[in-house]
Amino acid sequence: MAPDKTVPAPDRERIRATAPESPIRSVLSTQGVPVLGALIVVAAIAVLFVDMFGTPRNVNFLVLSIAAIAMIALPMTLIVITGEIDLSVASTLALTSATLGLLWESGTPLETAIPIALLLGLVLGAFNGFLVTVCGLPSLAVTIGTMALYRGLAYVLLGDRAVASYPQDWVSGVRQPFLGVQGLPWIAVAVLVMALLFAVLLHVTAFGRSLYDIGHNAEAARFTGVSVKWTKFWLFTLSGVVASGAGVFWTLQYGTSRADTAMGLELQVVAAVLLGGVSIFGGVGSVLGVMSGVLLLGVIRNALQLFGIGSDVLQIVTGSILIASVVTPNIVARVRSRRTSEVPTGTVPGDRPLNGEKS
Amino acid sequence: MDPSEVPPPLALVDVTKSFGSVRALRGLSLELRAGEIHALVGENGAGKSTLVKTIAGVHRPDTGRILVDGDPTVFTAPADAQRAGVAVIYQEPTLFPDLSVAENIFIGRQPRTRLGTIDKARMRRETAEAFTRLGVDIDPDRPANGLSIADQQLVEIAKAITRRARVLIMDEPTAALSGVEARRLFTVARTLRDSGAALLFISHRFDEVFSLCDRITVVRDGAFVSCDPTAELDVDTVVRRMVGREVTSLYPKEAAEHGDVVLEVEGLTRAGVFADVSFSVRTGEIVALAGLVGAGRSEVVRAVFGVDHYDAGGVRVEGAALPAGRPKAAIEAGMALVPEDRRHQGLIMESSIGRNATSTRRRVLSRFGLLRSRDERDTARAWGERLNLKYGHIDDAVATLSGGNQQKVVLAKWLSTEPRVLFIDEPTRGIDVGTKAEVHRLLSGLAGQGLAIVMVSSELPEVLGMADRVLVMHEGRITAELDRAQADEESVMYAATGQRPSEAA
Ligand SMILES: Nc1ncnc2c1ncn2[C@@H]1O[C@H](COP(=O)(O)OP(=O)(O)OP(=O)(O)O)[C@@H](O)[C@H]1O
Ligand SMILES: [Mg+2]
Repeated sequence: MAPDKTVPAPDRERIRATAPESPIRSVLSTQGVPVLGALIVVAAIAVLFVDMFGTPRNVNFLVLSIAAIAMIALPMTLIVITGEIDLSVASTLALTSATLGLLWESGTPLETAIPIALLLGLVLGAFNGFLVTVCGLPSLAVTIGTMALYRGLAYVLLGDRAVASYPQDWVSGVRQPFLGVQGLPWIAVAVLVMALLFAVLLHVTAFGRSLYDIGHNAEAARFTGVSVKWTKFWLFTLSGVVASGAGVFWTLQYGTSRADTAMGLELQVVAAVLLGGVSIFGGVGSVLGVMSGVLLLGVIRNALQLFGIGSDVLQIVTGSILIASVVTPNIVARVRSRRTSEVPTGTVPGDRPLNGEKS
Repeated sequence: MDPSEVPPPLALVDVTKSFGSVRALRGLSLELRAGEIHALVGENGAGKSTLVKTIAGVHRPDTGRILVDGDPTVFTAPADAQRAGVAVIYQEPTLFPDLSVAENIFIGRQPRTRLGTIDKARMRRETAEAFTRLGVDIDPDRPANGLSIADQQLVEIAKAITRRARVLIMDEPTAALSGVEARRLFTVARTLRDSGAALLFISHRFDEVFSLCDRITVVRDGAFVSCDPTAELDVDTVVRRMVGREVTSLYPKEAAEHGDVVLEVEGLTRAGVFADVSFSVRTGEIVALAGLVGAGRSEVVRAVFGVDHYDAGGVRVEGAALPAGRPKAAIEAGMALVPEDRRHQGLIMESSIGRNATSTRRRVLSRFGLLRSRDERDTARAWGERLNLKYGHIDDAVATLSGGNQQKVVLAKWLSTEPRVLFIDEPTRGIDVGTKAEVHRLLSGLAGQGLAIVMVSSELPEVLGMADRVLVMHEGRITAELDRAQADEESVMYAATGQRPSEAA
């Protein structure tokens, strides 16, 4: 409804002149740009100083190695923005992979086995969602529990065996380049399309807006008619489906199903999401930032691997990046409030420092 | 007493403070004298709360000085101000939800036993004493979480008066209180004044300002306008100085056609909160729920709207039963609720003004499911203009607005949904005179177009001026139903306090 005659003309000059926003300004002010910048710098350094980094072969390898992380990071972004977390994703991936292996071994064609595997992911995700929303349990506890549970079930299914008899055309199929472009596997294009869809969902729909509202203040969101519980339930379900999709891809990419597959992958996903500027406290984050975070983490790990650094050190690096990405926003906020000569917040109880959406 | 002999306990000299491009204070001076209640009045966004936070040590002034007993002093943190004997009641209550009421009151200054442990018994005793003085009935051991905004305000007041401060600053302490609680607060304030404390009182209610305060300072756009003894002023003069123009009649209630019943509430009950609440509202009608703080008025409207649950009874909108506990269904049925607690229920403080103002209309504003920021901003700006909103940039966090301006955003958020039934809990909490008249005119105009309004208000003139019918609640029950002709201050007060006129004598 446009403003109409029922109200007398207000004092016009009291409304401070507002600068017209240009679309460019709003794109640039999108959070995530700093991470994108860091990614470009780090990638450029890697290309210049790390032998072999820029070769199509390595790029292809890099893209394949982060595809699953990128996929899983998308629903994870939405979940963390609402103030929750899903740590069961790697176990969901493994359990899907194990199920796919058993189905294949028992003679089910992959055309049937894959939808079943995805359905399983849906159920696993919905179970998380059920525990978090209906039972009202904290998602951190719930998904640590299901992380162990789903992994355990994968061991029950496969033991320490591996299923490696997948048909060659499927296995090489997932590594095919897109339209024959070397270094660009089709999965990269698929992830890109997914990222675009998630970006639209998060940034330009009513649903996406409500996720930020939930993350900041679930109570006020409820007063606005947002079904906080349903929203979270669907997000966990979505996360389960995407994780199992990543499981299918993972299985075919390596041509094997094992119960211990993708062990600790959730750590990399969470690290990438936080590195991408999503606040662990909810309410802040963007798809652009997260995708940059995934790539940045992937590039760093890949470059270090090319230097011949072992996986134990990579683990340390990933952990440090995770901690740094949680700590940095706090430091930035503190420095900023110091600069505006403000007394550090928190002294007035309830006056929570605003980690503004601009950072 | 001659102010030139004894330096005032607290004075501000030429204080300025800017937030980015917003100049909140431009060279403001103020002198709080011992044994005096000083009023500070000004429009929404005039800089009153900024001034309070400067005195409290939350903000550091850009330029200017703070004098304590005549000596220049720098407050680098609220603790400094507290040490200098300043106690502050902030405009928005800031209690820790997980702590008990008594713990909140003694936060940071818990009394100790001889063994060095926290003296809980003493905390509880002093809390109970303060509550008795204020005439409130809150359990000191209950958690602060879930207290109504008025109760939160009362806890803040208790917190400030138990500090036994030399300087007591009160930023709109009565905005959510009804006359009874406010009068008790004033008794306490006068006692403090007579014992030599200096008090600063901020309110948009002029009857309170004139009956309580000894001097009145008017500010406009962050600058000093005047400071005179109350005896030399009248309301019109103050309003003119505040607003810079004449303000028309305060409660321009227009007659509206009352049509069919749109809302029926039948025997609504929630154990321990309200019982057997029944009423109906017709199109074009404004029904006020009056009563004391804690009578259950807000709880009833929240339950009807579906954000709270109820145990028995039912709600019908235009004859159709409304499912319980589903705000979304209520919104789809054409309801809107402006809640009392804007900080926790009304707004997402970290989110922008534009997004808050349009958060109820995102689906309507979307095209093919896509929501464009520009549409959000334009809609929000249009409503901002309509409600005289004072803001820097539409993308600024709503937390940067002054209290009254935040309230306007909540109003915009819900009025823009074009509801058929509007629940409005303290519609003008913290809103200044000029805009208050505009809000009333807006509500009255909407009723004229057929909107049914259920208004919860603690401000009696607002109730009497706006309502076609007044339902008075006492301890969770409706104790009286008065139509416009019957309702006056006395009849409402009697019903609200649970007395009959004959008993009251
Ligand atoms: N933290 C902040 N950041 C940016 N702007 C602010 C901040 N705090 C206050 N302002 C601005 O300073 C001005 C004065 O605000 P203030 O809260 O002091 O008004 P007020 O007189 O208390 O109004 P009200 O009667 O509505 O409570 C307003 O324009 C407000 O938007
Ligand atoms: Mg204020």
